[in-house]
Amino acid sequence: MSVMGTRVVRFEDQKLITSGGTYVDDLREKSLSGAAHAVFVRSPMAHARISGIDVSAAREAPGVVGVYTAADLDLGPQGEGPTAEPWLAVDVVRYVGEPVALVLTEQRYQLADAAELVDVDYDPLPAVISFDDAIAGDTLLFPGTDSNVVQTHGGPFDDATFDGCEVVVTHTINNQRVAPAPLETRGASCVWGADGRLTTWLSTQNAQIGRGQLAGGLGVEPSIVRVIAPDVGGGFGAKIGAPSEAILLAWAARKLGRGVRWIESRGENLTAMTHGRAQRQMITIGGRRDGTVEAFRLDVQQDMGAYPRAAFLPTLTELMASGVYHFPKIEAASTAIVTNTTPIAAYRGAGRPEATAAVERAMDLFAAEIGMDPAEVRRVNFIRPEEFPFTTQSGANYDTGEYESALDKVLAAARYPELRAEQARRRANDDVVALGIGVSTYVEITGGDGGGESGRVDINADGSVTAYTGSSPHGQGLSTTFVMLLSDRLGIPMDKIKVRHGDTDEVPKAIGTFGSRSLQLGGSAVAQAADQVIERARELAADILEASPDDVELNLESGSWQVRGAEAAGSVSWASVAERAGDDEPLSADVWFGEGSPTFPFGAHVAVVKVDTQTGKVRVTRLVAADDAGPVVNPLTFRGQRHGGLAQGIGQALLEIMDYDDDGNPVTATLADYSFITATELPDFELVESVTPTSRNLLGVKGIGEAATIGSTPAVQSAVVDALAHLGVRHVDMPATPQRVWQAINDAREAV
Amino acid sequence: MLVHIEVNGRATEQEVEDRTLLVHYLRDTLGLTGTNVGCDTTSCGACTVLLDGESVKSCTVLAAQADGHAVTTVEGLSTDGELHPVQRAFREQHGLQCGFCTPGMMMATVSLLDENPKPSRQEVRDALEGNLCRCTGYHNIVSAVIDASGQEVGG
Repeated sequence: MSVMGTRVVRFEDQKLITSGGTYVDDLREKSLSGAAHAVFVRSPMAHARISGIDVSAAREAPGVVGVYTAADLDLGPQGEGPTAEPWLAVDVVRYVGEPVALVLTEQRYQLADAAELVDVDYDPLPAVISFDDAIAGDTLLFPGTDSNVVQTHGGPFDDATFDGCEVVVTHTINNQRVAPAPLETRGASCVWGADGRLTTWLSTQNAQIGRGQLAGGLGVEPSIVRVIAPDVGGGFGAKIGAPSEAILLAWAARKLGRGVRWIESRGENLTAMTHGRAQRQMITIGGRRDGTVEAFRLDVQQDMGAYPRAAFLPTLTELMASGVYHFPKIEAASTAIVTNTTPIAAYRGAGRPEATAAVERAMDLFAAEIGMDPAEVRRVNFIRPEEFPFTTQSGANYDTGEYESALDKVLAAARYPELRAEQARRRANDDVVALGIGVSTYVEITGGDGGGESGRVDINADGSVTAYTGSSPHGQGLSTTFVMLLSDRLGIPMDKIKVRHGDTDEVPKAIGTFGSRSLQLGGSAVAQAADQVIERARELAADILEASPDDVELNLESGSWQVRGAEAAGSVSWASVAERAGDDEPLSADVWFGEGSPTFPFGAHVAVVKVDTQTGKVRVTRLVAADDAGPVVNPLTFRGQRHGGLAQGIGQALLEIMDYDDDGNPVTATLADYSFITATELPDFELVESVTPTSRNLLGVKGIGEAATIGSTPAVQSAVVDALAHLGVRHVDMPATPQRVWQAINDAREAV
Repeated sequence: MLVHIEVNGRATEQEVEDRTLLVHYLRDTLGLTGTNVGCDTTSCGACTVLLDGESVKSCTVLAAQADGHAVTTVEGLSTDGELHPVQRAFREQHGLQCGFCTPGMMMATVSLLDENPKPSRQEVRDALEGNLCRCTGYHNIVSAVIDASGQEVGG
């Protein structure tokens, strides 16, 4: 019986639950013994001119082996153009957390003492924090520019877009800045070998991309750089490739002629690792009173933070602007600005949660305006199953979707009519605890980067399998998933299959893990490699069995080769086939799966909240989710990915914000201040199954890593607004903290 | 200063800087890297260990304070290669993904079940509020604790 679709407990766990993982700060490699410890001195100012740096006292501090500023570096530029980011700050700092100096000491505990002695004189400059200030441009972040706008895309809008609509609703909404906050902060260790090669252990989602960045930054050939991703304690998009710090550490290791190790503190992590989201969206929706939407416009402002690192984010939001709906007219445009805040980059969903939040809020505002049930308005406007493949006006080519079916499933599971009845009862009784029901339907894009992935399968002499994947799991359980895929195809027991990843010497060519790409691309790659191995094995087995390859088959039950219809005549094991292949041309296939095009997972979520209308406190009592990513390999990890996504999505809706004061001081830069969602704030999740395959890759699968984050945020936000609808509230910006909710209630009451 | 700390049933005796945190004593002095550090503010619980059987966040305990006491870390949870029920339950219920919070989460669980052997799911949620996980959404962690307590895991 095939293991596909069965619940398989992870092979990764044994080590993690006994000795703990080997994360980058846990490495006790011989080559790192005696390595210096590193810390970055970071700007405490959002925007300031550096009038002087005195490192003399720091250099004399106990245990110090090196103190470096931009003046000491002999690296080429990190980027081009006026907004290029320096390795270490030169003349000006542009956000709190920007690295200014690198300090290295013999002992870890000497770092903080020495770093404090680096004396930097800052002359404050006006800080640009808000969208409006950035656009006004009274203060510019970069000399040689005439605006803080660094990118525009799409538009102009047509003045006549909404002509003829019976109802037009417009609103400005915020998709706030949040911190990815993987539980393991960033870290790296670097050592140059006697052979002149650099080895860097890096907490990363993409060792091979990191290798390219290290080689490029250092000005060396990629072949002399080896990057190893050890166990990685979460990434969520914020550990793609190598951070600039890693290049500086490798540079310092070369300069000092010794190993260097670095692990950042949480305070650094919350200001110096990239943040996510940070969009302001102007949404306009128009249509008929029967619920038909005729036009939708999304005008995005993207805060890029101090240095523009993620140009793709606002345009990806534009691409996905129309969501699951068949709107006749869609307009989307974006403007990206720089501010004196931490740079923005990918965070679980990266551009798609923002698109979904915008269109789902728009649908709810439209539904409220025409007095129609929000679920019904969605039903009227869905793209129908028979319309696929469906190309949206913004250029996305959706593969498959059963949007209405997903909505029906969650509404049924949530017992939607009963919820509406309870809501009505509470309203009739003037209950201080209001019930809110939020519905969201979403589609997203996975494997959207257009690249492929590598996969290699070796059949070893003993008949066991070693597979190499370019995917770079860091919690997703992909090793187990790929073992299942291979066991299913090869008929070899799972305990005889090992999956290796994350070492550039073992897997030279790869892209790695982000954008929920790994199963559809990395999985397809190892599956394709397995298929090639099977074809060659068929020839070899035929040779041994003295039969025609056409007559030889792989018995998946026994994991051996036999002549079709003549099983009694004997069989040939994988080990024998591998032996026949010989050492000169071992039984192995190494493929690049490049033909997989993006897929479009979708789903529907229902959130139920209780809101105390006297305090503004919101409690999520139920979250019912259908997340359709095609056939499921391992329901255990598939559900796990959804759970994690739901929590992060709910966290954004209710709690999390990376916030700054007017001077650009981060006010949520510790985990005591940043409202990282905890167990007590979440309900048990109710997962509903839905399976719609795609034809766009070998496995028929779509990505599941980000989907539940994308669907849950607007469902919860809508539920909060829905709870207060009878009081006249039409919108509450995220996060829906007690203060904001209370304010919204009060504002609505005063407006009456 | 010289500290004597029993770690996972084994006596240890080491000269440490006065300001040495217990977590660094475990990780750097003894090389027991299973216990992790996830924040600077005693917020995340990744460093949770048992001190004389009760859970503490070892980033907020000086090694000096543990002098003369007994510490249990994740490395000391299983006995004779036999997994502790909490370890077994975390694996069986998929209560971990990246694994970084897991050692602390499991130690907090051991302490929780010691105080409340048959907790409800909500009691588990409330008790583990001081242990953060970014991967699992906590659902399966709660299931793992329920499983480890010998109760039926619903849903």
